[in-house]
Amino acid sequence: MTTAQERIIQAPALNPENERFFEACKEGKLLVGKCKDCNEFHFYPRTICPHCNSDQIDWVPAKGTGVIYTFSTMRRGVPVPYTIGYVTLDEGVSMMTNIVDCDADAIKLGDKVKLVFQNAEDGTPLPMFAPA
Amino acid sequence: MSIKGKAYIVGAYEHPTRKAPDKSVAQLHAECARGAILDSGLTKDDIDGYFCATDAPGLGPLSMVDYMGLKVRHVDTTETGGSSYVVHVAHAAEAIALGKCNIALITLSGWPRSEGSSGTQARNYGASAPDVAYEFSYGMATANGYAMVARRHMHEFGTTSEQLAWIKVAASHHAQYNEHAMLRNVVTVEDVVNSPMIADPLHRLDCCVVSDGGGALIVARPEVAKQLNRPLVKVLGAGEAPRGQNGGKVDLTTCAAAFSGPAAFAEAGVKPADIQYVSIYDSFTITVLMQLEDLGFCKKGEGGKFVADGNLISGTGKLPFNTDGGGLCNNHPANRGGMTKVIEAVRQLRGEAHPKVQVPDCKLALAQGMGGNLGSRHASGTVILERE
Repeated sequence: MTTAQERIIQAPALNPENERFFEACKEGKLLVGKCKDCNEFHFYPRTICPHCNSDQIDWVPAKGTGVIYTFSTMRRGVPVPYTIGYVTLDEGVSMMTNIVDCDADAIKLGDKVKLVFQNAEDGTPLPMFAPA
Repeated sequence: MSIKGKAYIVGAYEHPTRKAPDKSVAQLHAECARGAILDSGLTKDDIDGYFCATDAPGLGPLSMVDYMGLKVRHVDTTETGGSSYVVHVAHAAEAIALGKCNIALITLSGWPRSEGSSGTQARNYGASAPDVAYEFSYGMATANGYAMVARRHMHEFGTTSEQLAWIKVAASHHAQYNEHAMLRNVVTVEDVVNSPMIADPLHRLDCCVVSDGGGALIVARPEVAKQLNRPLVKVLGAGEAPRGQNGGKVDLTTCAAAFSGPAAFAEAGVKPADIQYVSIYDSFTITVLMQLEDLGFCKKGEGGKFVADGNLISGTGKLPFNTDGGGLCNNHPANRGGMTKVIEAVRQLRGEAHPKVQVPDCKLALAQGMGGNLGSRHASGTVILERE
């Protein structure tokens, strides 16, 4: 088993723009950006739409399910192996994350995954994904 | 306005050191600058433009111009990661074409090897970088970023580890003749795929070396170049492009070379089949494969077949690449390989590469740089050079 729980997860670097995202994580929500003008989702969420430049953005909770777009398990040069990947959410945007609670040798691209949270060293829950 | 034929590379120097804890970074820059100036036959006071990126210490050009005692009227600090120095060649040509300077110096140096830098350590660009909060905690390093690209490429196109390994094999065939290369042993496909897994599917021998060192280039206007007693290496065309996650519409199997390459070929008025030698940024084997495809040397998805069976080995393959051994075997100063990519292309065009790897009558070469991380955000720089 290769899980992120075994390693120390660095706390996210907060700034005035992203605090909201990590506050929502404490409520079990993964926020994505949704533009009211072009209706496109984006990730990570911003205050100005990276697609159409609109400032009419809602940060909305994602459904929390998606598929693995790609992944890699770091096996050398680190205290504990861990798996990084991109998950394509049902909303259509892909986000960088860790794939956890799984055998890293058994997962495949396209596998369905669901949102879970694991705490960073400062207690901030971070969105990660496990096999659905 | 085009830069085609508006500037020539008249000086090139690669620092021979691969580990230099006894030198300052500024000192390495100055040693590289001196080497390139001597190579060109010019003098320091002829330089009137200076180009550097964030590997230059202190306040970049302010610190370095003062330290080296340059008297310049134009500076440029374009930062595109490891591709910066390829882009600097183009920007120097632009500045020369606009009359902003006549003779431009470009330098790169650093000592990541002495500092203990590793591609397995997560890179933190600071809390102000908008992406850091969403990536650093997940352990986004250099190696696993490129590994994610490799795995996706394998998934979409059936590319294999053995095919990627051929890129390293070709580099090692060239590095055996380079007395300064860190890794001079010729390796086999089996050696690569049996080396320890770093970030799957990338093995240790899929990864470039970490080295100290640096390099410098001098770019000059045609009237200057033609007065010097050196082979003429003309800038024919260039392109640059950044690419990232596109707001979450992530597509890791196309890189920014798909945009910088066509721009460079269009400006140069040549096509991939005309190119006799390529320097391709090789932070990892997958980096090379992605760029070869996106530059148009083969179709998207066919890079694995293209690089296999020694096709990149000088003397036997159709497209000799990185005849100095590249980042995979020779060096990767400051973790930024764009500079050495241009330098080896200049050697090839001058006929000054090692005789065992020199491309016969090499008249047209391409130097390709890639900065940042293909797994998140990166920038490509392409320059096409011609021996006149």
